Amino acid sequence: MKPAAFDYQAPTTVEEVVALLGRHGGEARLLAGGQTLVPMMNFRLATPAIVVDLNRIPELAYIKNDNDVVRIGAMTRQRAVEFSDIVARDLPVLQAAIRMVGHLPTRSRGTIGGSIANADAAAEIPMVLQALGGEVSVRGPSGERRIAAADLIEDAMITSLAEDEVLTEVRFPKMAPGARFAVEEFSRRHGDFAIAAVTVVLEMDKGVCASARIAAAGVSACSRRIAAAEDVLRGRAVDPDSIAAAAAAAADAIEPLDDRNASADYRRHLTRILTGRALQRAAA
Amino acid sequence: MSEVKNDGFVGRSIPRKEDQRLLTGKGQFVADLKLPGMLHAAFVRSQVAHARIKSIDLSRALKAPGVVYAIAGPELAQMLPPVPDTQLSLPRKWTTRVQHKFQNPQQPLLSHDKVRHVGEAVAVILAETRYQAEDAAELVEVDLEPLPAVVDPIAGLTPESAVLHEQYGTNLIGDFVVEKGDVKKALAAAPRRIKRRFHHHRYAGIPMECRGVVGSHDPRTDTMTIWSACQVVHWLKREASTVLNMPEARIRCVALDVGGGFGTKGHVYPEDLVIPFLARAVGRPVKWIEDRFEHFISACHSRDQIHDVEAGFDDDGRLIAFSDNFYVDCGAWNPIGSGIAYNTAVHLPGPYKFDHFFVRSRIVSTNKVANAPYRGAGRPEATFAMERIMDMIAAELGLDPAEVRLRNMIPAAEMPYHLGIPYRDGEMIVYDSGDYPESLRLALEAIGGLDAFRKKQRAARAKGRYLGLGLGCYTEGTGVGPFESATVRIDPTGKIYVAGGSCPQGQGMETIFSQIVADVWKVEPKDVVMSLADTSGVAMGFGTIASRSTVTLSGAIHQASEPLRQKVFSIAANMLECSAGDLELRNGAVGVVGVPGNEVTLSTIAKAARPGWDSARPQGMAAGLEETAYYEPPTVTWAYAAHAALVEVDPDLGRVSIDKYVIVHDCGTVINPMLVDGQIHGGAVQGLGGALLEEMSYDADGQILVGSFMDYLVPGASDMPHLDLVHMHHPSPLNPFGVKGVGEGSAIAPPVAIANAVCDALSHLKLEFNETPIKPEKVVRAIWNARR
Repeated sequence: MKPAAFDYQAPTTVEEVVALLGRHGGEARLLAGGQTLVPMMNFRLATPAIVVDLNRIPELAYIKNDNDVVRIGAMTRQRAVEFSDIVARDLPVLQAAIRMVGHLPTRSRGTIGGSIANADAAAEIPMVLQALGGEVSVRGPSGERRIAAADLIEDAMITSLAEDEVLTEVRFPKMAPGARFAVEEFSRRHGDFAIAAVTVVLEMDKGVCASARIAAAGVSACSRRIAAAEDVLRGRAVDPDSIAAAAAAAADAIEPLDDRNASADYRRHLTRILTGRALQRAAA
Repeated sequence: MSEVKNDGFVGRSIPRKEDQRLLTGKGQFVADLKLPGMLHAAFVRSQVAHARIKSIDLSRALKAPGVVYAIAGPELAQMLPPVPDTQLSLPRKWTTRVQHKFQNPQQPLLSHDKVRHVGEAVAVILAETRYQAEDAAELVEVDLEPLPAVVDPIAGLTPESAVLHEQYGTNLIGDFVVEKGDVKKALAAAPRRIKRRFHHHRYAGIPMECRGVVGSHDPRTDTMTIWSACQVVHWLKREASTVLNMPEARIRCVALDVGGGFGTKGHVYPEDLVIPFLARAVGRPVKWIEDRFEHFISACHSRDQIHDVEAGFDDDGRLIAFSDNFYVDCGAWNPIGSGIAYNTAVHLPGPYKFDHFFVRSRIVSTNKVANAPYRGAGRPEATFAMERIMDMIAAELGLDPAEVRLRNMIPAAEMPYHLGIPYRDGEMIVYDSGDYPESLRLALEAIGGLDAFRKKQRAARAKGRYLGLGLGCYTEGTGVGPFESATVRIDPTGKIYVAGGSCPQGQGMETIFSQIVADVWKVEPKDVVMSLADTSGVAMGFGTIASRSTVTLSGAIHQASEPLRQKVFSIAANMLECSAGDLELRNGAVGVVGVPGNEVTLSTIAKAARPGWDSARPQGMAAGLEETAYYEPPTVTWAYAAHAALVEVDPDLGRVSIDKYVIVHDCGTVINPMLVDGQIHGGAVQGLGGALLEEMSYDADGQILVGSFMDYLVPGASDMPHLDLVHMHHPSPLNPFGVKGVGEGSAIAPPVAIANAVCDALSHLKLEFNETPIKPEKVVRAIWNARR
């Protein structure tokens, strides 16, 4: 469990990162919090020729209040997000979800951008970004571009970032005042990768659901927003009937994984149960 | 003068002597050891379960940067015999009393003809750094001819199965029967019968520190020092003597601070011998530190038994006959021979009284990591079978499971109780002390009373919440022989030096034996100098396995101290001009009973005992104050416990949460209550981990599906309930201090306590959980099936 030999660079600006990526392309891996990359290198499942360490770039760590958006620098530690007043006020669903991300030591190193760029099927942060319909900024040789959450994650651990691009910022739209939310997660132990996780954000208007945002992680190859379940609720009261219908729709809509941790049937079942519980809790 | 309490140190929760170094970062583990010129080893391990080795090409690896030496199995086999003595010997009394047939496949130090499990080592690389050694290991080309894998022990016994050890023509490498009464007749005549299959799955000890070995040969004196994170340094010395062809007197084996063993490190592994052999061959110290991935695929696993049970009982729920044909999925090798399987067989009866018993055990080799003892060592599997049956009898008759147990338990008045079958030391089993029904009553009291729980359970169920009570009762033979050694010496400073054959891994033995020695010699624990886990301290020793060290080393300390005290008294009597019979030990000195003052210190006496011109010992007495004793326990002493688990099952998620967990146990005299609590906590957590989380799984090709802690789930502190402990104290009559072993016990009952609790919670669906682990998906599927 020792990594294969690799070169190491620790640039101090995003420009240098982009230049290094331009030079090394797919041979390079970016090191953010290292909570996935380092174990993968130790197992030699990842054998990058060069590791580009982002930890010396101060400009990438921040949480900023910007009109209707909270902008979080890619290298912001998950632990900082967990205790941010801005996040607590404007993105309480992110705060709730981040407490389910790994363990205290991993959150102290793990970053917001690292989790999103890594795109693990079970990751909570991309799920919340999808539920809220956020976006990310990425920098490459031809400058900056933005990618909407819905277009970001393509498959398990595959994003639409090019080999020579680096994720620099995550932009979460602020939740509406009074928005209801809940995150439900099932894992074998606290802090484990979710076998199923569901995020729900509801906006109610005179007892009727004006907007429903529902996303799931862990159940499929990558986290996804579940429009079919959202459609069931929109314009309806959130009551046991509509909750059951939305939960069933969510379970139908996913393409469940089938592996040693859980069968496809069970993941579908968990999606239904957790969607139901999350809606119940959000509506309560 | 500091105040020494006359009531002694045994029984007090004094802080651990070991903690000063361990908590200040001054402990030393084998991975910390750095020697000048030391090389690092990496093993090349099989990636397939079963194959014939065609060739192993080291040429590219040998040219890799930093590589000093490399050798593959076929070449090593020319130089070295297989591990010669991996199995514990079978006592003569046992072999005459138990009908048995055993094969003893001898594991080569590196595989040379076949590989028999994923992870089996076929070659080893030595390099200047571990990184370079691992880089080179990737360049080794292993040409294998795949063979079908044996992954199911029952299928492995069919004629069409592949065979691991072809010289036997079968995968059946152990087969024995234990019986009393006439089970066939009694079952046929029994008013009621239950027949079930149980599977206790494969999991393992998972010490925090993996294995590790450093070997260093000194050519000047032709001596070898082996540091191994192991539980049995004397056993290692014996085998190293054979493999290295060196007298034992030229070999020193040391276990430094060791981060847990749990049985996983309780025997000699090939790596323990290959590393020192190579160190001598290349003339430089060699270090190998097992990483966690290697640990999963090469350190022994455990449990993994299938039991086919038939029980006969009467309409009152009294057990009449119990028959069990069980299979041990033994993996590729069988390092401890009959150990686990025989433990299982004789622990099946547990605390219950019945007349007809039959058990046949079949040990089957499979293409998996070898199965060796792990905390409980065969007893959790036995307890699972018997304690599930107790609950089934209750369910069939509509009785409470607690009531069925109380009806079947051996009453306290019948102790000591002759079980009628032999233990693995060959002696007929006698439950020596205790009160089994009382342990269960205390457990029920500690959960708040049986009736109160049943009431709460009914009320909860009416609201759609599923609470369950699960019991697990067992008896456990502890402190098994053959022997343990102790050397006791009075130092010229008056301190008491004790070297013993026990070999700790974090239990706190330096503390508890200091407490014992302090009481024996009427000194303070700080005046005791302990030397354990080092073969230079005492030449013959046995080691720390099988809940034995407190029992056996305390016996040896007692045995060595008795004649030594007489000698001390004789010298003191000579100096004080009185009779030795009038003397007593007090405050690190010897004085006349009833006469304060006028004492001779142990230091003075030790100086007086020295050989030479200054000696003040009586005429004719041999010089020196040192005794070595080998304590051979008459047989095992019987600990026991009753566990009670209160759980809640979430029927939608399948999650089992433990609301309360009670352990009532009896380990006789308690030396250090705090450390006993620690042993019980640790064991229970391992048992609960096995019940709910931990699993060494394999696919149909014998590929192991566990490679890291992402796949193998050990419980963390937040996953575990508070444990309520209740202590009973029936001292064992079999040893001087009345102690019984406590190292393994609490890992035995949790799997079945949890299984019984989950069944109880879902009793309205008549579900049975007869396999471990009880995973959420299994619970949900069982509920689906029941509702279909």
